[in-house]
Amino acid sequence: MQGVLDFLLKYWVQLVDALVIVGVFPLLAGYVVLLERKVMADMQARLGPMRVGPHGLLQPLADAVKLMIKEDIIPESADRLIFWLAPVLSVTAAMLAFAAIAVGPGFLIADMNIGLLFILAISSMGIFGIVLGGWASNSHYSLLGALRSAAQLVSYEVAVGMAMVAGLLLAGTLSMKDIVLAQADRGVWFVFVAPIAFVIYLIGSVAETNRAPFDMPEAESELVAGYMTEYSGFRWALYFLAEYANMVVVGSVATTLFLGGWLRPFPSVAWLNFLDVVPPLVMLGVTGYCFYRVPRQTGKDQSFIMLIFAGICLLITLPLALVLAPVPQLAALKPGIHGAFWFIAKVMLYVYVFLWARFTFPRYRFDQLMRLGWHYLIPLSIVNVMAVATAVLLKENGVNPFVAFGGTALATVLVAMWLVRAGQAREQEAAAARAEQSA
Amino acid sequence: MGNEILFYFFAGLAVLSGALVVTMRNVVHSAIFLITALLATAGLYLTLNAEFLFAVQIILYVGGIMVLFVFVIMLVNLDVALHQVQFNRQSWVAGLLSVALLAELLAALALARNSVSGSQLLPAPRLAAPGGGNTEEIGRLLFHNYVIPFEIASILLLVALVGAVVMGKKRI
Amino acid sequence: MDETRITGMPPVEETAVPGADEIVLNMGPQHPSTHGVLRVKLRLDGEKIEGSECFIGYLHRGVEKIAEHRTYQQFAPYVDRMDYVAAVSNGLGYCEAVERLLGAEAPPRARVVRTILTELQRIASHLLWLGTHALDIGALTPVFYCLREREEILKIFEKYCGARLTTHAFRIGGLQYETYDGFEHDVKRFCDDFASKVDEYEQLLTGNRIWVGRTKGIGLLNSEQAIALGVTGPPLRASGVKWDIRKAMPYAAYDQYEFEIPTGKNGDTYDRYLVRMEEMRQSRRICLQAIENIPAGPIMAKVGKVLKPPPGEVYHAIEAPKGEIGYYVVSDGTTQPYRVRVRPPSFINLQALDTMVRGHLVADVVAIIGTLDIVLGEVDR
Repeated sequence: MQGVLDFLLKYWVQLVDALVIVGVFPLLAGYVVLLERKVMADMQARLGPMRVGPHGLLQPLADAVKLMIKEDIIPESADRLIFWLAPVLSVTAAMLAFAAIAVGPGFLIADMNIGLLFILAISSMGIFGIVLGGWASNSHYSLLGALRSAAQLVSYEVAVGMAMVAGLLLAGTLSMKDIVLAQADRGVWFVFVAPIAFVIYLIGSVAETNRAPFDMPEAESELVAGYMTEYSGFRWALYFLAEYANMVVVGSVATTLFLGGWLRPFPSVAWLNFLDVVPPLVMLGVTGYCFYRVPRQTGKDQSFIMLIFAGICLLITLPLALVLAPVPQLAALKPGIHGAFWFIAKVMLYVYVFLWARFTFPRYRFDQLMRLGWHYLIPLSIVNVMAVATAVLLKENGVNPFVAFGGTALATVLVAMWLVRAGQAREQEAAAARAEQSA
Repeated sequence: MGNEILFYFFAGLAVLSGALVVTMRNVVHSAIFLITALLATAGLYLTLNAEFLFAVQIILYVGGIMVLFVFVIMLVNLDVALHQVQFNRQSWVAGLLSVALLAELLAALALARNSVSGSQLLPAPRLAAPGGGNTEEIGRLLFHNYVIPFEIASILLLVALVGAVVMGKKRI
Repeated sequence: MDETRITGMPPVEETAVPGADEIVLNMGPQHPSTHGVLRVKLRLDGEKIEGSECFIGYLHRGVEKIAEHRTYQQFAPYVDRMDYVAAVSNGLGYCEAVERLLGAEAPPRARVVRTILTELQRIASHLLWLGTHALDIGALTPVFYCLREREEILKIFEKYCGARLTTHAFRIGGLQYETYDGFEHDVKRFCDDFASKVDEYEQLLTGNRIWVGRTKGIGLLNSEQAIALGVTGPPLRASGVKWDIRKAMPYAAYDQYEFEIPTGKNGDTYDRYLVRMEEMRQSRRICLQAIENIPAGPIMAKVGKVLKPPPGEVYHAIEAPKGEIGYYVVSDGTTQPYRVRVRPPSFINLQALDTMVRGHLVADVVAIIGTLDIVLGEVDR
């Protein structure tokens, strides 16, 4: 008993953090969905949700309520245990990954020295959510769709893992916090040192989260219904939540590993210290715009809700501004609070690229998707690991780092071009063979 | 104290899941309990401060091998298997053998705890060497002391991979 | 219901044999991507398609039979409902066919306005095709841009004749309505804006690797197959055959304008896409030329209130956006036609589906149906 109390006292901050994440994240994921709908609408020359709340800002709440009060339909011939388990598994895996993510130097739940490996492990657990979901729908074609989705995830996991290894070679540690500290030590974000690894990670993570252009297994206009077919209401909301949580997790890993985590751009360059005012300025701008829009809403209640949002923005601006004060207690909090802002900004930028790609590109056919993963990304990522390892070795032996990393990056690009050329030759052969066969 | 609670929890979970794996009628349920058993093993690794093994156990066993098992289970014609009657004509022999094995294990454990020579049967676990955790330790061992077996194992895996691709290549 | 079979294939089995290599997959009649109520049965070997069979007739309304019980003018609104996406072209074909029967000819002003409206309708039809085709392949954005442009054209139609979709814009003998004030201005403004918009769509799709990968080499139809199957319109031109009724047998005012016939080389989905994009540009060119110089004069020929064409028959075909739409009208001297038979381009083009899907994967079927640009209203009538 005493042991349990000791444990609670020692780790109460982490426990509260965990509870906050489990409780608050569904709401945040809802706002990521709203962001996606607004971005989608903007790219499609329309407005998106505008009715529920000013500019649709309360839409996630409406969606959440609707999904929760929907009738819970379980198909009669479905396996009850698995039908219940599948979305739970997806969501658990997605949220568990948040335990390892370091939003700021003090803002993390578990400072594991295998943080990155832990996240990789948890993502591979998430695959079961999809496979079991397809099984539970008791339809041949849904099952095939789910298995295809799982095959896609497993294939791109290799490429993503290799891209992470390239970043790890530079960081020298698996702990999320130490990776960012390594970037702070070197004074450069790893994306500038190993850009190809970042690009491979970007493409691979789009495939890992089943997003367009890699979303054939769950597309509506295809013949095979996706693994989510039989799920409605809250269970479907869990799957949806898992997908957006995965996007944020993958973005967080990319930010930590390649984009400098919670570091400000150019953290070690002293004359750029004026960039420190960017966070409070940006939030001040947002707050000001919200207040400006308050009287311009369509009704009294919309204006009131806009006022509340403006107030929330103001509450976020205050700590960002206050820590800039020359008072030492406040200044000590600066890396944490500003770090959290930069981290979230970078993750949002990464997620924006995801959304942008979804609405710009058509969908890959499944065999083209697998071909891209196995024939192009995996060989390229392996070559990239070798290149980065060579560059690190060269740098340790005194070669100028620009030459070392630049040269190996160039070699990797040449290999990529050769891979593309070989792929085109192979496709031409296949087309010629098919033309011969049909003639 | 906390360690003991965790050990009993994970060990109990592993034993229970193991028992459920072999007794469940539905094959997919068996697979799920196998996943639970593997996760409990990973938890046991964690209590022994082997965090790298914990992560790798999940990545490889659960995320790789169990996915393969589940694929095969779902793609093979399952309706027949679900309605098959299990037969167990050798349950007596199996029971006797299990009891014998259990007795042997208990005897070994008792000897190891009590005698000096037995301590060589189950040496006490070494704490991680200073200068890194489990990951660094394993890395050091693999790439310094055991590099040749490591390379041979990787060639073996490569051969298996190539063989699988060649065998599966006749369709698309 | 007696299902109509289009292909000459032996009928496929209803049930799949488990464990065998060939399975039968049914697509439709309710399916988001068949663009209407179309049922397609695919015979698969694993994932590859061995053959297909189309089942149509879900939208059959007996239009041709109705024609036998309506007067010539009364039947004119019915033709709009066949290819409801491009109603103006349907109307043009029918009105010109009956005018031939009567021996009358629409006055020059009417012919030029008819040309402008038909070319605008061609652009509108191709825009809808592009949006839905891209949507089927997974590009979620072009459909909104295309519908935005199509909206401008529909506004012009609404201002002209009061309707956006089923316009009944033309009458036998010419036009009913004079062009409204500002017609030339609206059309010119649309044409001026449109060039950059087509470039926008091309920027999104033409060079995109994923788009090219999904459409190049898919749904091949060479020129011999196309001619043998009777395929017309953009699919025919994309297979390399330079045949356009507007140039070969000019009607309305097409002989007065300069435009080109885009053709393709390989007859795959990508070529059909390029051909239709270029056709939109050429239509714009025709509109701009026509707007410069609309002749003054009457808009209706002297055909009388009661139409009783002399007994005889006529087959008149025009180049609709989807292909060659032909009207075979038989008159027996009374006010109601004896027989009106429509040669619907989508119906004939749909026959090519079987040839085009063989050897491809299931995921390509949606792209191939989209590239044929069929409208079930026209297929079934």
